[in-house]
Amino acid sequence: MAKYILKRVAFSFITLLIIASITFFLMKLMPGTPFTAQEKLTEVQIEILNEKYNLNDPVPVQYAKYIGNMLKGDLGVSFQFDNRNVTDLILDRIGPSAHLGLQTLIFGAIAGIIFGVIAALKQNTMWDYGSTFLAVLGKSIPNFVFAGMLQYFIGVKLGWFPVAFWEGPSYTVMPTIANAMFTLAVAARFMRTEMIEVLSSDYIVTAKAKGLSSAVVTIKHGLRNGLIPLVTVLGPLAAGLLTGSLVIERIFAIPGLGEQFVRSITTNDFPMIMGITLFYSVFLIFVILLVDILYGIIDPRIRLAGGNK
Amino acid sequence: MRKTKWSFLLTLMLVLSVFVAACSGGGEATPEETPADEGTTTEGEATTPEEPASDVAQVLNVLETAEIPTMDTVMGTDAVAFEWGNAVFEGLYALGENAQPVPGVAESHEVSEDGKVYTFKLREDAVWSDGSQVVADDFIFTWQKVVNPETGSQYNFIMGDILNANSIMAGEMTPDQLGVKAIDETTLEVTLEQPVDYFLSLTAFPVYFPQKREFVEAQGENYALEVENLLFNGPFVMTEWKHEEGWVLKKNPNYWDKDVVKLEEINIKVVKDVATGVNLYDTGKVDRAGLTSEFVDKYRNDPAFTTIEETVVFWFKMNQENEALANENIRKAIALGVDRQGLTDVILNNGSIPAYTAVPKGFVSHPETGEEFNDKYGNFYEFDADLALEHWNKGLEELGLTELSLEILGGDTETAKKSDAYFKDQLEKHLPGLTVTLLEVPFKQRLELDETQQYDLQVAGWGPDYLDAMTFVDLWVTGGGHNMMSYSNPEFDQLIEDSKTNLTGVERFEAMQEAARIVMEDAAFSPLYQRARAVLIQPYIKDMFVLPFGPDYTYKWASIEK
Repeated sequence: MAKYILKRVAFSFITLLIIASITFFLMKLMPGTPFTAQEKLTEVQIEILNEKYNLNDPVPVQYAKYIGNMLKGDLGVSFQFDNRNVTDLILDRIGPSAHLGLQTLIFGAIAGIIFGVIAALKQNTMWDYGSTFLAVLGKSIPNFVFAGMLQYFIGVKLGWFPVAFWEGPSYTVMPTIANAMFTLAVAARFMRTEMIEVLSSDYIVTAKAKGLSSAVVTIKHGLRNGLIPLVTVLGPLAAGLLTGSLVIERIFAIPGLGEQFVRSITTNDFPMIMGITLFYSVFLIFVILLVDILYGIIDPRIRLAGGNK
Repeated sequence: MRKTKWSFLLTLMLVLSVFVAACSGGGEATPEETPADEGTTTEGEATTPEEPASDVAQVLNVLETAEIPTMDTVMGTDAVAFEWGNAVFEGLYALGENAQPVPGVAESHEVSEDGKVYTFKLREDAVWSDGSQVVADDFIFTWQKVVNPETGSQYNFIMGDILNANSIMAGEMTPDQLGVKAIDETTLEVTLEQPVDYFLSLTAFPVYFPQKREFVEAQGENYALEVENLLFNGPFVMTEWKHEEGWVLKKNPNYWDKDVVKLEEINIKVVKDVATGVNLYDTGKVDRAGLTSEFVDKYRNDPAFTTIEETVVFWFKMNQENEALANENIRKAIALGVDRQGLTDVILNNGSIPAYTAVPKGFVSHPETGEEFNDKYGNFYEFDADLALEHWNKGLEELGLTELSLEILGGDTETAKKSDAYFKDQLEKHLPGLTVTLLEVPFKQRLELDETQQYDLQVAGWGPDYLDAMTFVDLWVTGGGHNMMSYSNPEFDQLIEDSKTNLTGVERFEAMQEAARIVMEDAAFSPLYQRARAVLIQPYIKDMFVLPFGPDYTYKWASIEK
């Protein structure tokens, strides 16, 4: 196991290096300068600024410098936020994003599993159709529409929860629900399909024949086996959720990282683009590794490569 | 685990209630009905008899659309940085009502005979938030920092009028050669390259604000990063700054003019979404919220609704490297062939007005008569389909063409796309034989295409950097850094040159009026609209003055009177 993880970590570093390189060269192809007042600057001024920020160096030199600094853990200084360290900028903003993401994931997954299980157990009843209907809605209505509706009806009209901001538990309710709809829908559909398949398999029939109560059968045998494919889907979904949602954070005025994914690109904030891309990649790679490890725990049939040798 | 259970139950209820609410909402309460009754409540509050101001909490809650990019006034480039810098720092002069310069750190000033040397007398009770006095050296330190190319200040061009500033910025001279010196602790002498009529208003621009030398040097790289890395000398001090979330300003107890400052506290929250801002306004959480065109009809009759005319103008730049656009008749046809009223009333719908002049309306007026800059020559190229056609046919004939195709380069925002489609429709309708294609690109890419002059027509905008017509007219000088359309007229160039060097006062103002007339008569470019912004501002907020450049509002004199 340890050997397997080590090998995976080593590969991850190579993956990261490739991602960093591709991003770097793609970024250099973008038109314009990273200077926020570019419309006011003349060519001469831009030239002077380029010189100051070493943007006049040949691209390979810039690349070598960047990778060198990156290996030392220095992601550089942002252009949008004068003199602010990219690492600090990301760490400042990841808190609310990760908090919301985690809450979304837990809520979405649990609610989704419950809806899915209910639908599977009460197949082709109103329960099933209701859960299917919810899942279709969750998957097809974009989350900004949902967020806007929640904000207007629950926040403004009913006044149950704060309209926006990020100042305490009650502020997290509406963003969590709006954000979780997709996860919930995906989890519910997966769960239903898997449960139906699992519940009709031979070993469930055997378990029932042995006289186990239907609750035990459902939870111990059905649920556990039904969860396996869900883990695969939730992994990458988790990476996306925990690093922030542009739309949800915007609508509920949450001071998260979400918007920077887009904003750093439109403003040509080179160090920030690199920083965020790397951060996201590290996260995704980590989650995928975690999912692979979780597989072994949930499903004893799966043995990791090298585990049997 | 218990928490999850609870939140699950709660959510289950909520999810259901949302659907219920959504269904009923669609049926009965149309969105248009709601603001009306909220509007009356607001009105009721606003018209209650005036009480002594001391009874009302002097707390202002406002929104900002983005995190403050920097609190280092030297590095600021946008309205957010300028607005909050202007609230907590103060320069030699400050801009008050109608953007008139009023004394700030300087209590008075003298100008030499030739108009080139300004001597400012600093007040002795102007202090930093650590209690130390604001001295002449603080200005010298900061201004030298601005012009030093090592600093990387993007707005340093705003100091170009000070002796040697341009050479220092280009790296040909050293910062200590800048034309500023301290006669004593409270006397600052500034020497200019040439007389500058609007210099006082420049000293109110955030880039000209002072920073305390010892403090900034001691802070080093950390200066201005957090509240504790800052010293203030303005009407307010920043007491809390949560990045990307909001910040809090409190009245500065050490401010020299503190008796004038009525607001005790300003709470600013970062809200990027317009609909969210409106919802917060409707629930009474904030006193001011910006509107986009889709909200205007809904709130037009609200007592809090107001439109603020900005001095930002959008125009067609016409690249005269293009053979067809080098033809004056073609350019005139384009200028005449767009019905701007339709654009401002239907597409923009936020109080924007049609633009027919090189300098925006209501920006500057005659130093003696007080007459508005544009009154002398009036509007150019108001929409006239027949005249447009006449010029068009003449132009085509001169070029020996029967049809023409041009590309409009524009932005990729919603508003930009809608406007571009409108321009295409207007031009193709009024100028037969013209095919217009649209190229809509992100902002940075548009700038790149502008700088390399790769466009035919370009929808571009410009906002002023100082309170003088020059900020608009000198854009079009031959080879100028912002011309980028190969427009050149020696007569125009000469007038600008004269206005910048040997003319002052009335003569200079009139020379700029002439220059503006020439560039319009040449149809060098075609003004389209002057932007306005639609805002909801609670009527109980008084004296929150709007500024035409730099910050959007100034809060020093603002108060709440309910």
